[in-house]
Amino acid sequence: MEHRGFSAGLKAGVSIAIGYFPVALTFGLLAKTTGLSLLEATAMSIFVFVGAAQYISLSLITAGVAPAVIILNTFIVNIRHFLMTASLNEKMQPDARWKKALYAFGITDESFSVLAIQKEDNLRTSFAAGVIAVSYGSWIVFTALGHLIGANLPEFLQAAMSIALYAMFVGLLVPSMRGNRKVVSLAAIAAALNSLFFFTGWLSTGWAILVSTLASAVIIELIASKGGRS
Amino acid sequence: MGSWIWWTILGMAVVTYIPRAIPLTFLEGRELPPSLQNILRNIPFAVLGALIFPAIFFIQDNIWFGVIGAAAAFGIALLGANVMVVVLGSIAVLAVYSLFI
Repeated sequence: MEHRGFSAGLKAGVSIAIGYFPVALTFGLLAKTTGLSLLEATAMSIFVFVGAAQYISLSLITAGVAPAVIILNTFIVNIRHFLMTASLNEKMQPDARWKKALYAFGITDESFSVLAIQKEDNLRTSFAAGVIAVSYGSWIVFTALGHLIGANLPEFLQAAMSIALYAMFVGLLVPSMRGNRKVVSLAAIAAALNSLFFFTGWLSTGWAILVSTLASAVIIELIASKGGRS
Repeated sequence: MGSWIWWTILGMAVVTYIPRAIPLTFLEGRELPPSLQNILRNIPFAVLGALIFPAIFFIQDNIWFGVIGAAAAFGIALLGANVMVVVLGSIAVLAVYSLFI
């Protein structure tokens, strides 16, 4: 288990690639119908590499929204990554700043989840590089493919595959939940708060995930430290 | 699309990179207070809860896709299957379901 490197990272990242397949394919297709060229669509996946915000940008482009507003909106949607990479920093092996600056580019909701949920501490940089390489590669290739073939998967398969990323999150969370009330509470409180924000419309998605995650993490820490248990 | 699309992509790239890179590089080598460390260790489990709910129910217009998909994913995961089996199994369950509607 200890000191797993690049190839172990590739393997751990394969479930991300499966999850990205329908999402990136659909992004490529939507980008085409929005009017982006193959080069522009693929460039967005290469340089931005973020699922939700790329989708939102397409609908804003269609609506004729100004680039500055699209960029601001992208930032707001991605603000939650501050929280994720601060948390990930505790998990990763210390390493040269330039290396961390490099793999920071590949941190998405999905790669963060896979990395953060690993049992060992001091995860190697090469392991992270493996997870990121397979997810980044699939994101780019399937974006281009979606644009090129310009058609969706068969509808039944597309509908079925839309569960993939969420199933992956569930598959990562559940083993840690077993016999661990703290983990169950953390997930449940964040889920409840995020659902509250969703149904009331009090916060947009980007902020809702950030606030509910942070609130849950702080509440559980307060309870744990008051109770004298870690 | 004109050249503005490239400026948009560039801007999106920059504002997406900033929240990823700043914590990982600025916090490197810094020891945070224990309570803050504990909170940061809580983040992965909390974030998974928020990423799953409620979005998992709205993967399709037909809410049953989300409900059945969520039940399949949790069911398979509770049986002790690894992530890949959970992902492929949930897709398979929904593929079968969509053949019946």
